[in-house]
Amino acid sequence: MLRFLLARILSAIPTMLIVTMAIFALMRMIPGDPATLMLGDMAQPGQVEELRARMGLDKPLPVQFVTWLGDVLSGDFGKSTATGEAVLPLIFERFSVSATVVLVAVLFASLIAVPAGMIAAWRQNSLSDVVIVGTATLFLSIPSFWLGLMLLTIFGLWLGWLPVVGYVSVADNLGAGLLYLIMPVITLVMVEAGAITRMARASTIEVARLEYITHARAKGLSERAVMWRHAFRNAFAPTWTLIGLILGSLLANIAVTETVFTIPGLGRMLIDGIFARDYPVVQGCMLFIAFLYVAVNLLVDLIYPLLDPRVTA
Amino acid sequence: MSVLGLKLPALRLNGLLGALILGAVVLIAIFGPLLVPGDPMALDFGARLKGTVPGHPLGGDEFGRDVMLRLIHGARTSIWIAFFTTCFAVTGGLIVGILAGFLRGWVDRVLMMFNDALLAFPGLLLALGFMAVFGASRHGIIIALGLAYMPVVVRVVRGTVLSLREREFVEASRVMGNPELTTMFRHILPNCLAPVTVLATTMFGWVILAESALSFLGLGVPPPEPSWGNMLSTARPYAGQAPHLILLPGLCISVTLLGVNMFGDAVRDWLDPKMQG
Repeated sequence: MLRFLLARILSAIPTMLIVTMAIFALMRMIPGDPATLMLGDMAQPGQVEELRARMGLDKPLPVQFVTWLGDVLSGDFGKSTATGEAVLPLIFERFSVSATVVLVAVLFASLIAVPAGMIAAWRQNSLSDVVIVGTATLFLSIPSFWLGLMLLTIFGLWLGWLPVVGYVSVADNLGAGLLYLIMPVITLVMVEAGAITRMARASTIEVARLEYITHARAKGLSERAVMWRHAFRNAFAPTWTLIGLILGSLLANIAVTETVFTIPGLGRMLIDGIFARDYPVVQGCMLFIAFLYVAVNLLVDLIYPLLDPRVTA
Repeated sequence: MSVLGLKLPALRLNGLLGALILGAVVLIAIFGPLLVPGDPMALDFGARLKGTVPGHPLGGDEFGRDVMLRLIHGARTSIWIAFFTTCFAVTGGLIVGILAGFLRGWVDRVLMMFNDALLAFPGLLLALGFMAVFGASRHGIIIALGLAYMPVVVRVVRGTVLSLREREFVEASRVMGNPELTTMFRHILPNCLAPVTVLATTMFGWVILAESALSFLGLGVPPPEPSWGNMLSTARPYAGQAPHLILLPGLCISVTLLGVNMFGDAVRDWLDPKMQG
């Protein structure tokens, strides 16, 4: 077991290294020279050369990469070309906003979707199954930004129940902060619950056909006991992997939801960076999100054996 | 044919219904502009932000452009991009996956190292990064999303090839003295098509969703060219006055995706019996 854990943790290192290389290469593929871009049209040719030398852009690419990697590892993600602020503290600040929304949404989505999927599987082909699968497929087909805009129009503009623009952190003002969280969270819960429900159903059906379930039933256990005590743990393990994947990919996908609800999160920071051609910000956000994605997947893999009796046993 | 293994007779219709919806959207995308001629860019200030008015059955947008024409041309944009992106990802994925799986050795190791690194990015993040490089344009989206989704195809194809290459018919082809390329493309490739078709159907839906999300963010199809995503984005400030501008493009995306998802479930059940519940 320990060897498995160690091997898995070590395997994340080359992945991260190639990920950083890919992001570095991507940023260098962007047309236009960063130094020229920073100085604008009015720069003298000599100034550009000077800034290029100061930024290390005149050195060969591998040297630039190693220098940059060293900076990144020591926590220096560079400064925003637009505002001059250090990128990493800004990322942490924005990330705390995104993380609040994502964690709350994924928690609620799982609490609704996992039992729903299991009930659908347990009553396979019944009316409740048809309704649950139908609803899940429907939710899967609704884009988050449209759902968000519709909620905003109905509950924000027409009924005036919820705030339309802006964001207040839960940490600053609990009551107001919660009000701002309601619609983004509902949006994400509805969109993500569809995929989780379908996964929970599929893996429960797979487990329900196994002999140990028949055996548990033959012992005379109630259906409820068979389902929750025997089927649940085995069926939940694959779903857990999907929840992890969703958690990771939401950090990028949330850019869309943050745009709808004008939430100052990490996704919005990335998009704004792309529009402003603020490459240190784009590079930093991409690196941070990709790093978290790898880390979340690693964490999911490490927790997996604790959840899946087939691996622990 | 059934959805996720549902055996209720009513639900066998799901695959058919999905195919009908998808077929209808594709037909509208191809023939719509012929059936309902008109310029989706033409301005008519009388119809600005109005609901149904004479000459504009679905009303006008914030510039008074005809919403129905823009939705039809938006379908064209979505389907066109989804089709070419899926083709791009599948073709690239088949080539890389077959080479890696069939040749093994260092080719496999190098290709899969890069592939796994790309898989380590959430799809949309990778697409956003590529869009920053290529700039917002139709061709940019196809390349960006194609590259973002290709690694998934590579994984599936390589896995299939690894199990195929040990089979007798592959050995027979080699014993017959066929060049490796002939074996790869005459014997391995056709056997990869079933899992790839299942994946391609699902991917078609991912691309429609991702393209509309990118366009909504302003990094996809640039306005004034109509796409469902950018229609939603430009209509945002007018949501209160003209809710149909928010309702209709989103409904188009959702109905299309519902069709793709239902059809995709049916294709999976049909081609991949292992997944059947």
